[in-house]
Amino acid sequence: MDRPIVDARGLHKHFGALHVLKGVDLRVAERELVFVIGPSGSGKSTLLRCLNRLEEPSAGSVVVDGIDMLDPRTDINHARQRIGMVFQSFNLYPHMTALGNVTLALRKVAGRSRADADALGHAALERVGLADRAGHTPGQLSGGQQQRVAIARAIALEPRVMLFDEPTSALDPELVGSVLGVMRSLRESGMTMIVVSHEMGFARNAADRVAFMDEGAIVEEGPPAAIFERPAHERTRAFIGQIQRH
Amino acid sequence: MSGSRWDRFAETFLNTKVMHKYLPDILSGMVVTIELALLIVATGLVAGLALALLRSLGFRPLNWLIVFVVDLFRSLPPLVVIVLIYFGLPAVNVSPSGFASTWLSLALVLMAFSEEIFWAGITSVAKGQWEAARSTGLSFGQTLMSVVLPQALRLTIPPLTNRTIAITKGTALGTVVAVTEILGQASSAMSNSYNPSPLMMGAAAYLVLFFPVVVAARYVETRFAWKR
Repeated sequence: MDRPIVDARGLHKHFGALHVLKGVDLRVAERELVFVIGPSGSGKSTLLRCLNRLEEPSAGSVVVDGIDMLDPRTDINHARQRIGMVFQSFNLYPHMTALGNVTLALRKVAGRSRADADALGHAALERVGLADRAGHTPGQLSGGQQQRVAIARAIALEPRVMLFDEPTSALDPELVGSVLGVMRSLRESGMTMIVVSHEMGFARNAADRVAFMDEGAIVEEGPPAAIFERPAHERTRAFIGQIQRH
Repeated sequence: MSGSRWDRFAETFLNTKVMHKYLPDILSGMVVTIELALLIVATGLVAGLALALLRSLGFRPLNWLIVFVVDLFRSLPPLVVIVLIYFGLPAVNVSPSGFASTWLSLALVLMAFSEEIFWAGITSVAKGQWEAARSTGLSFGQTLMSVVLPQALRLTIPPLTNRTIAITKGTALGTVVAVTEILGQASSAMSNSYNPSPLMMGAAAYLVLFFPVVVAARYVETRFAWKR
C-alpha cells in the first residue's frame, strides 16, 4: 500500500491501569472498506476513536489524509471534517430537526451560509433516502431513520474517510437493512470506510479486508473469505464460530 | 352578633379609610419590589450561568473556587447575607444602600443556586452529544453553545423557575435594611395608622406581582418539556 489514507502505527491506549490498545497498526487505502471484528472489550471502538482523536492515544502515530492527527500544531477541528463518524447510539441533537443536525457543522465549521448549508443538507438527506424527513426532529424518527440522518450529518461535510462504530447494534432487526443499504451505496460511491460491526453478512459481501481484534491487538487480517473460511488463529476461529452459531 | 364581629374584623384588617390613605405608599413599594426583583433575576441568573460555563472548562483550581463560593451562598440564610453586607461593608469604607445590599445579596444567592442548576443541566446532557458534535469539527465552545446548552437549559427550567421565584420573594427581607419595598411600606403604614390593614394590602400586592409569574412559570415548564 503506497499511500494509505489512514495510517495508524504502534497505537497504545491506557485507561488507568487498563491497557486497551497494545500496539495496533492499521493502514487503509483510499476507497477501501475495512471491517474490524472481535469480542467486546477487544479495543475496536477505542481504535476507531483514536483515529479522529476522540480518544487521545497514549503512544503511536495517526496520519489521516496526510495530516498528523496527534501533532499539537494540527487544527484538530479542521482535520475532523475529513473524518466522518457514526455512533452506535446515533447521537443526533434532539433539539434540532434532521436538517438542523446535518447543517450545524456545515455552518459553524465549514463556514457555509445558511442557504448553502441547507442545500447541501437536503442533498445529504436525499442520499440517505430521507429528503422528506428534513423537518422532523429525532424523536419523530425511527431508529433506522435516525442513524441515516447521522450518516447524512457526517457525509455532508464530504469526509475522506468514514468511521462506523457498531452502526446497527442499537437497531431493531427489521431496521438494520435500511442502514446497511445506505452504507452499501456509500461504498459504491467510493467512500473509504472503517467499520466496527457484527454484521458478518455485510462484511462478507462488502468488505475488502477484515481485521480480527482481540485483547487490544489485531490478531489477523485478510480478505473476508480467508478470515471467515480459513482463519489462521485459534482465537479467530473460536470467535467466528461463536458468531455464526447465532 | 356575628355582624358586629365581622365589622370589628373589617375595621381592623380591611379598613377602607386606612387603605385609601396608604394605597400610594403600597404602590410605590410595588415599584421598588419590581425594580429589585428584575435586577436580582437578571444579574443572579447571568452570573450563575457564567459560573456554570466557566466550571465546564474543567480548570481544577478555578472549579474549587467556584464550588466554594457557591456552597457558601447556598448555606448562608439570605437575611444573614443582607445584614453582613449592609452592616459589614461600611467597616471597609464601602457603604451600600439598603437597596444595593438587598440586590447584591439576593443576586449572590440566586447565582449560587442557579449555578448548581445550570451545572446539573450541562452534565446531564449525554456524552455522546459532545462526541458527535466534536467529531464533525465543532470546537469545545461551539459544542457547548449550540448543542449542549440548549438541551441543558430545557432541563433546568422547572428547578430554575422554582428557585428564582423563591429567592425573588426574598426582596421582602430588604425591610430589615430600610428598603421601601412592599413590606417596608406596609409596616411603616401600619405603625403610623395603628391598623394592620396596610399589611393586607401588602399581601395583596405580592399576590398581584407573583401569582402571574408562578402561572407563567408553569406554562413555560410545560411548553419547553420535550420528548427525546
